[in-house]
Amino acid sequence: MRIVVCVKQVPDTWSEKKLDPADQTLDRGAAEGVIDELDTYAVEEALRLKESHDGSSVVVLSMGPPPAAETLRKALQMGVDEAVHVVDDALHGSDALATSLVLAKAIEHIGYDLVIVGSESTDARMGVIAAMLAERLGVPQATLAGKVEVDGSSLRVTRVTASEQALVEAELPAVVGVLEKINEPRYPSFKGIMAAKSKPMTTLSLADLGVDASSVGLVAAATAVVDSAQRPPRGERTIVTDDGDGGARIAEFLVAQKLL
Amino acid sequence: MAEVLVLVEPVDGAVGKSALELLTLAGRLGTPVAVVVGSADGGVADELGRFGAATILSADDDVLTSTVSAGVVSLLASLVSSRSATAVLVPSTPAGKEIAGRLGVRLDSGVLTDAVDASVSDAGEIFIEQSVFGGSTVVHSRVTRGVPIVTVRPNSVTPVEAPVSPQVQGVSVPADSGRHAVATSRTPAAAGGRPGLTEASVVVAGGRGVGAAEKFAVIEELADVLSAAVGASRAATDAGWYPHAAQVGQTGVTVAPQLYIACGISGAIQHRAGMQTSKTIVAINKDPEAPIFELADFGVVGDLHVVVPQLIEEIRKRK
Ligand SMILES: Cc1cc2nc3c(=O)[nH]c(=O)nc-3n(C[C@H](O)[C@H](O)[C@H](O)COP(=O)(O)OP(=O)(O)OC[C@H]3O[C@@H](n4cnc5c(N)ncnc54)[C@H](O)[C@@H]3O)c2cc1C
Ligand SMILES: Nc1ncnc2c1ncn2[C@@H]1O[C@H](COP(=O)(O)O)[C@@H](O)[C@H]1O
Repeated sequence: MRIVVCVKQVPDTWSEKKLDPADQTLDRGAAEGVIDELDTYAVEEALRLKESHDGSSVVVLSMGPPPAAETLRKALQMGVDEAVHVVDDALHGSDALATSLVLAKAIEHIGYDLVIVGSESTDARMGVIAAMLAERLGVPQATLAGKVEVDGSSLRVTRVTASEQALVEAELPAVVGVLEKINEPRYPSFKGIMAAKSKPMTTLSLADLGVDASSVGLVAAATAVVDSAQRPPRGERTIVTDDGDGGARIAEFLVAQKLL
Repeated sequence: MAEVLVLVEPVDGAVGKSALELLTLAGRLGTPVAVVVGSADGGVADELGRFGAATILSADDDVLTSTVSAGVVSLLASLVSSRSATAVLVPSTPAGKEIAGRLGVRLDSGVLTDAVDASVSDAGEIFIEQSVFGGSTVVHSRVTRGVPIVTVRPNSVTPVEAPVSPQVQGVSVPADSGRHAVATSRTPAAAGGRPGLTEASVVVAGGRGVGAAEKFAVIEELADVLSAAVGASRAATDAGWYPHAAQVGQTGVTVAPQLYIACGISGAIQHRAGMQTSKTIVAINKDPEAPIFELADFGVVGDLHVVVPQLIEEIRKRK
């Protein structure tokens, strides 16, 4: 089984918290990209499937500017066999439609039985790429997966939504989107880190994929931001220490706010 | 007038609050048309009509519920073209976003997720308001190609009654020879007697500070006196103290209630991602340095096992 995992490089989730105007080092650290932590669950699930299915291989795919190679390296260190990096100046400003177009072309170029993606990216938070890939590739969409099983060419996924858990079945090839509850991603071992150095990393341009530069990037985006503004900071904050009347004071606050 | 399609998926023959919110928003953009998955019998049609659905298109076909996204996407795609709709509104749930994404590809149309408001200009241009970076920034966006496909965050719009007598019409799902994932069995999530997490106007949430599964009883008790839904941090759900479905945050549910009460939750960035657009936030935490206090309109530094029972008493007294 050939598995392609899509990973995205994003600003560190904790960057906001670490942002300290007085501390330049942390500031620079915050601007640095990391592998989206939600995508590490997709990588882990791919590795587990590979380990339980003889003759399988895992290819990690990312579209993004040159530093995204670091994110691919992290996946190689976790145990992925090879990496494919789609990088092209024309990609800057791509929306989800363009991203899914490029990823789909790259996935077809790589060849696959199963595509695994994260449930959503921590920066864009759209949660649409898996479904878009299924649509573009014309293969079954088995997303919001809390559990994934492959038996021969049959795929069984436990799909978890707020209203139900469904057992979803499909034949490969297919696209799977995994929830973060699915597994516990491994950390790269020393051996994994050493081995990653000699693993293949292929860089592809839009031309390599036969994608016209005019169909991606800012020029092709189907959505546009008109304006943006900082929301005024939350109103007055009141923090009190419980002196035996903490509960009563909350009740008074709620009454004053007409919430009670 | 321009028709705006609203996807409605009744549960057990009842229309959820988010459908009414979407209809209200659709009414501001054009003529709301409800696309109902399943039958629009009796109560469903009445309720949708009460909130402005001039036309109800009901599609009663198993393919809509058995396939993952595929059936609903085909239905919406065919209706967008046959009715020349000017926008499609879908609830901003994980499954709703997937439908929006596929529909966007199918129609080569721009997709905007997590809208909190929308308006239309005299020229008929639709503007979408989104609240991003955890609510700190308000963005207005526009779809510049195709038919705007917008997912709308629950609890962002107040449903307004706009009674009409709806025209109910059966529609069929176009045949489709594609290969799709199919649900072969399903287990509904335990409903409990409480309002749904995304729809509730009050959410009471417990974290690691609650201390044990059985101690969540005090969180539930507070929720019940406030007619609230119960939420939990990932620390609490991972510990098995409360069901995963109750997890609020980046990898759980995003909520935006009128009131969010965080009990024994530190306020990690992943948790905040799911609750910081709540209108009013109250926090109870014994650590004065807990980041949740940065968000709280009112915070009490104290032991939740002391403060919450007193709060419950005070609320009961005032009822
Ligand atoms: C990929 C990823 C996704 C994640 N997604 C989510 C998510 O969706 N939702 C989520 O919530 N988290 C998520 N997390 C986890 C998140 O980072 C935090 O670990 C989690 O939110 C912490 O939960 P907590 O606040 O309950 O626990 P803690 O951080 O341990 O905080 C417990 C708090 O309780 C207080 N406390 C203890 N005892 C008492 C008492 N008796 N009375 C009052 N206060 C008390 C403590 O002072 C402390 O502040 C995610 C993490 C990762 C890596
Ligand atoms: N630029 C990208 N390169 C590779 N994978 C991506 C990229 N953008 C998104 N993805 C994948 O799509 C998932 C959902 O992203 P999104 O729909 O943007 O929230 C992510 O978890 C990734 O697995």
